[in-house]
Amino acid sequence: MIPILEARGLTKRFGKTQALAGLDLVARPGRVVALLGPNGAGKTTFVRAVATLLRPDAGTLHVDGIDALQKPAKVRQVIGLAGQFAAVEEAMTGRENLQMVGRLFGLGRKEAKAAAVRVLDQMQLAADADRLVRTYSGGMRRRIDLGISLVGTPRLLLLDEPTTGLDPGSRIQLWEAIRGLVATGTDILLTTQYLDEADRLASDIVIIDHGKVIAAGTPAELKTRAGDDMIEVHVRDADDLPAVSGVLAKIGHDPRIDVPQRRAYVAVDDGSSRLMEVLRVLDQQGVTVEDVSLRRPTLDEVFLALTGKPAQTTDSPRQPAGA
Amino acid sequence: MADTSVLAPSPGVPRAAINTGAGLWSSSLVVAGRMVRKFVRTPQLIVFTAIQSALFLLMFRFAFGGAIGTGGSLSYVNFLVPGFITTTVLWAGMGAATGVAEDVEHGFVDRLQSLPIPRAAVLIGRSLADTALIVWALAIAAIFGFAVGFRLQGSVSGAVAAFGLCVVFGFAFEWVFIVLGLVGGNAQAAQQMGLMITPLVFLSSAYVPVRSMPGGVRQFSENQPLTPMVDAVRGLATGAGGKALLEHSTGYYIGLSLVWAAAIFAVFGLLAVVRFTRRQ
Repeated sequence: MIPILEARGLTKRFGKTQALAGLDLVARPGRVVALLGPNGAGKTTFVRAVATLLRPDAGTLHVDGIDALQKPAKVRQVIGLAGQFAAVEEAMTGRENLQMVGRLFGLGRKEAKAAAVRVLDQMQLAADADRLVRTYSGGMRRRIDLGISLVGTPRLLLLDEPTTGLDPGSRIQLWEAIRGLVATGTDILLTTQYLDEADRLASDIVIIDHGKVIAAGTPAELKTRAGDDMIEVHVRDADDLPAVSGVLAKIGHDPRIDVPQRRAYVAVDDGSSRLMEVLRVLDQQGVTVEDVSLRRPTLDEVFLALTGKPAQTTDSPRQPAGA
Repeated sequence: MADTSVLAPSPGVPRAAINTGAGLWSSSLVVAGRMVRKFVRTPQLIVFTAIQSALFLLMFRFAFGGAIGTGGSLSYVNFLVPGFITTTVLWAGMGAATGVAEDVEHGFVDRLQSLPIPRAAVLIGRSLADTALIVWALAIAAIFGFAVGFRLQGSVSGAVAAFGLCVVFGFAFEWVFIVLGLVGGNAQAAQQMGLMITPLVFLSSAYVPVRSMPGGVRQFSENQPLTPMVDAVRGLATGAGGKALLEHSTGYYIGLSLVWAAAIFAVFGLLAVVRFTRRQ
């Protein structure tokens, strides 16, 4: 089976910034791959390389078996791209935007019209098809943008941070739209900074940082490595934290203490049954607990578990275009 | 996510098409169509362009005009309007710098470049659409010109030729602004860079006779591209009175201005295409 995407040793440098540092990634067809990483990890650079918008310094890149460095024009025939901005023409209606891109994909007038109707239905925008995009909400813009990348029924759809900047409701709507695509068998490579997004949409998660893959696997596999659930205990008196940590150490692996926030947390395998146990023991020891919660690991914690160091966040952009 | 981990393409859904993409000409037209729609549906653009143009003309016609002698029998309004119409191509074309920079900034160019179309189509489409906008701006400028008292003294065919020349100049300068937009990086920078053409407009024969300028300035004015363009248009539109002010025949200025236009197009067209199609 030809991988839909195969990158070997990709490197790319912008001035002093090493955006890609030998990135290896193989995606099998029929999978949704989420590229997860902090700002400046190289996600956007990688997507732009796959979309043939930039040329890597070294390495090889194949999209659906086509050499993206030798035959970029061929790659453009099988991909769809929805970038970080909703790249739509505001002075045109949703339908006109779709028809325009359909025509550019080489469809005839009638085919372009039919493709627009199909995509409008798919994105649940049929009712707003003939309004100018400048009157659309942020979420609708993203959906029409996603729709535009589908007009050509691509083999590989590239979504660069599809839900960044959206309110929670629009985010969920967009997730539904993306999941609908998955059901129709479109292969997707998406980038995100949010673990929950990767978790909900992807069949494979690739975590990258500093332009390299640091971990890859199904969401379940990665979370097992990070600990399935986190038990987090907030106390009233920070002096109780060592005692809490001692209790947590018995039920999970390697508990962490956060003194300023007066909390301690640990990754556990079987959260709900362990939660009762923690409460019982803390009560016996007379520790006053302000709050106890059972939650999923955050991206930071997955990073911590996988790399032993916290994820770099927005404070240290390593790439010019905030990529 | 369990339902997404094993996927089988479902039947009946269009999938895995290979899109050969539109050819150079048809994709250029589609891109141009977008620009024209954008312009037509943004009334502020149309109204603002017209008002700016009218204010400019009124200022020269009625505020400064009285103090400017043409150095011949030609009245100032008949001297001014051909120059004003010619420089309209620069004022109207300047918007392209901002427009191109915006498209780069907002990912629109990325989208177009990820499609299976010749990349040059994005630029060709833009230049075609903007040239159409220039035709519109020239028509408005001509109407204003007649409204403030300009009267055609040459032949009608000469006037039509003058209009045609302006469109050619506009198309050539368009590529300068496209390059500025690509280089500018963002809309504001591109707009500032676009304004650098102001000296070109004023240090030319458009609003005052070059002969009235002091040494170095006059030398610059006489040898920059806009002056022969204005002189060609003036020669065609003003008959004997205008021709008397020109050193050479009208044909000479037409030829020289077309050479300039061709050179500008060749240099900046190439710069734009190289800059645009090269992958970083």
